[in-house]
Amino acid sequence: MIAPSGLLFEGADWDFPTLQRIHDACEDISRSELGLDVYPNQIEVITAEQMLDAYSSVGMPLFYKHWSFGKHFAYQEAFYRKGFTGLAYEIVINSSPCISYLMEENTATMQALVIAHAAFGHNHFFKNNYLFRQWTDANGILNYLDFAKGYVAQCEEQHGRLAVEQTLDAAHALMSHGIDRYPGKKKLDLRAEEKRAGKRRLHEESAFNDLWRTVPSGPAKSEASLNTERRRKLLGLPQENLLYFLEKAAPRLKPWQRELLRIVRHIAQYFYPQSQTKVMNEGTATYVHYRIMTCLHEQGRISDGNFLEFLQSHTNVVFQPDFDDQRFSGFNPYALGFAMMQDIERIVRNPDEEDREWFPEIAGTGDALAVLRDVWANYRDESFISQFLSPRLMRHMRMFHLHDDPAETAGIRVDAIHDARGYRRIRRELARQYDVGYIDPNIEVLDVDLAGDRRLMLRHAVVKGARLNETDAKRVLQHLANLWSYDVSLVEVDITGSVLKEYVVNPRGLAAAA
Amino acid sequence: MHIVDRRLNPGSKSLENRQRFLRRAKALVKNAVKKSSEGRDIKDVLEGGEVSIPLDDMDEPRFRREGGTRDMVLPGNKKFVEGDILPRSGQRRGRASEPGEGDSEDAFRFVLSRDEFVDLFLDDLELPDLAKRKLAEAEGEGIHRAGYATSGSPANISVSRTVRLALARRVALRRPRPEQIAELEAELADCDEGRRAGLMAELAALKAKARRIPFIDPIDIRYRRFETLPKPVAQAVMFCLMDVSGSMTEHMKDLAKRFYMLLYVFLKRRYRHVEIVFIRHTDRAEEVDENTFFHGPASGGTLVSSALQAMHDIVRSRFRPADWNIYAAQASDGDNSGSDGEIAGRLLTEMILPISQFFAYLEVGESDGNAFDTLDSSLWSLYERLRANGAPLSMRKVRNRSEIFPVFHDLFQRRGKQEKTAP
Repeated sequence: MIAPSGLLFEGADWDFPTLQRIHDACEDISRSELGLDVYPNQIEVITAEQMLDAYSSVGMPLFYKHWSFGKHFAYQEAFYRKGFTGLAYEIVINSSPCISYLMEENTATMQALVIAHAAFGHNHFFKNNYLFRQWTDANGILNYLDFAKGYVAQCEEQHGRLAVEQTLDAAHALMSHGIDRYPGKKKLDLRAEEKRAGKRRLHEESAFNDLWRTVPSGPAKSEASLNTERRRKLLGLPQENLLYFLEKAAPRLKPWQRELLRIVRHIAQYFYPQSQTKVMNEGTATYVHYRIMTCLHEQGRISDGNFLEFLQSHTNVVFQPDFDDQRFSGFNPYALGFAMMQDIERIVRNPDEEDREWFPEIAGTGDALAVLRDVWANYRDESFISQFLSPRLMRHMRMFHLHDDPAETAGIRVDAIHDARGYRRIRRELARQYDVGYIDPNIEVLDVDLAGDRRLMLRHAVVKGARLNETDAKRVLQHLANLWSYDVSLVEVDITGSVLKEYVVNPRGLAAAA
Repeated sequence: MHIVDRRLNPGSKSLENRQRFLRRAKALVKNAVKKSSEGRDIKDVLEGGEVSIPLDDMDEPRFRREGGTRDMVLPGNKKFVEGDILPRSGQRRGRASEPGEGDSEDAFRFVLSRDEFVDLFLDDLELPDLAKRKLAEAEGEGIHRAGYATSGSPANISVSRTVRLALARRVALRRPRPEQIAELEAELADCDEGRRAGLMAELAALKAKARRIPFIDPIDIRYRRFETLPKPVAQAVMFCLMDVSGSMTEHMKDLAKRFYMLLYVFLKRRYRHVEIVFIRHTDRAEEVDENTFFHGPASGGTLVSSALQAMHDIVRSRFRPADWNIYAAQASDGDNSGSDGEIAGRLLTEMILPISQFFAYLEVGESDGNAFDTLDSSLWSLYERLRANGAPLSMRKVRNRSEIFPVFHDLFQRRGKQEKTAP
């Protein structure tokens, strides 16, 4: 480790050498003290306006064009201009090299905080967490987005903007159901993906022969002969990845439309781990920036005044309002994640009797960072909470569990509070709140009536009586039917198997797509 | 580690997306713009502003669940114990809907820039065909400065640029300065014999160098460069003619004013430079400033021809029709003295209409009046007759403030549409 060598910066001003010094100091600490393993960093300084721009394309540096991003931008901008919302201090992108955007208005202390937070905290998490390793391809994402942007633009040129827009609208509506939830045969390789699309296009071009169009098609196979079992197997049913199913099986989509579905699906998949690791991701980054900043201060590389400024920002970030506070809007992932990680550190270093009983594997083992690194690598929010939420933290945050049954006229029942009887129940319920299996409605393709009118049959397995919002469901199904080009039906079925509601939607032709 | 400064990158990366969004929401936004402009002063029409549109076609549906039994874990328990029953209130505690969340409201609010606002406001409106022809044809040649060139006519030598370059060259090549030589010569004048030879040699070398490196070299010389470029006639003059005789009420003047403002905004979009001439008339006409035009007291009889004559004189003296696009809008309650009709008609058809791009007549009335439903005014019937004979006049009647925009819209509607609707 390099010996501490005076202050990294003084006051609030910074320049590029300052950023470099901060980064190098953080890197030393993250390596020697925390043992982090990160992608190479790329730090980009941007203006407030560019930050707003980045918001509207889900934080990515480049993205294909679509009106919905313009809508989000208009919305964000209106709020920002009125002063309802501030802007983020940074945006970080799960790519290699890992790109962190820093706002130019940040003070030097804030830049240090943000570099420690994003360029080391998030970066380590992206590189090591199993979900990101399994589902995302950090090396390929920027190239893939570039390809997607180009491909969409090219489609617009060839097939008209309206047709492309309608296809993308439909795909976006189904985006939350365009995700593979279980690891499949092979890892996603976005570079190969891009090459594959290019090759296919080349092949199409080289093999193009207008004569094929004139060849009369033979008599259709007797569809009745395909029995249900075989059909379902051929189509890979039941299938919960609706976009994948449409891409592979929708009868009348053009190749470019399939490719668009595929692009939307890949991007949804890329963001899938982020939605499952909000608490852990922010918790890790917050824990890391706290450790790094404290360490810098201890080494005398940050002045007391700047450290106080840091502490104030840090406290704001990890503030958790109570449920009856006006500012309350659910658990603050920064607060919960940071508190849990600090709690783990305490359990490992300095456990009490209760901790030994609840966490025999880690209590008192001494090396907190080894435990944390293991946690960062191998858990997601749901499993993290159900494993590591300690009774002590539940008491500290005074958690309680409400059970709201509409059938119960008397009111909402307090099901468990932070006492010996309630710890496990609270922990289970909180973990469930972060379980994607419960967050997204469970909808799958059940069957296709190939012998009859080619109706696509979907089923929504209703959990705890929560049905689909009717207006939205109809609109989404309309999009789905437009892609499928035949009727689509959706039944809502409860656990006992009785049908609660059935939707049937007929397709409307896509403009110029047919 | 790389640090990249992106601040200088071109901003508004999402402009394209924003345009797409506006295009998609066009019908909705247009309505919103119209509605929001009704509530404003016409003067403020040019300002952009917040509009809100219904979310109907703009939402992005997703499968969402609602209802059912819910379980939630919340922080900050103060007094509850297991088994407590909390009464439901309309707004559940701790689940307050987030303010301004898009899907909880049926309207979507955002801010339009000034240009976007006016564009939408004036969408579908178009200059009359005549004007476009004029615009395309009436091109003058102009010249403008376009940097420097290494060749050109001696008259165009740019002295300052040439001297600057020469100075740079002299400094770069270390040409000895005259003071330096003078200094040496002075030193030579009173020095001993021993140093003389050395100084002489040095002086000779310096002088030789000064001769080798000229004060101004041909490569230093720069000429001002000019380019010619076609100049469309991009200026317009707008004549506001108004009857201010006693029969015109404040309400009528207000209607007229609104129409003029719209016309101004519209012309301003199309022409780089727009001038306004206010001519008010009773039985004689005068050119006045805006304030007098709308608010100055006046009384007398009514002779429309006087205003037309005044306009003609002003055009002749100040606005050559070849250089200016001329627009005129006349507002009146329709009164005209009976004997004036003939003269006014002749003036209009022979003098005014041939040089104008557009002549609009706006007959204003009291909001509760129904006079001109029953009987056409004298001016109206005169203009109607002229129009029947093929004079390119546009005329409308307006009684309410809310009719102004539709009438304006009507007058300037895209021709294509009108032709389609016309049999």
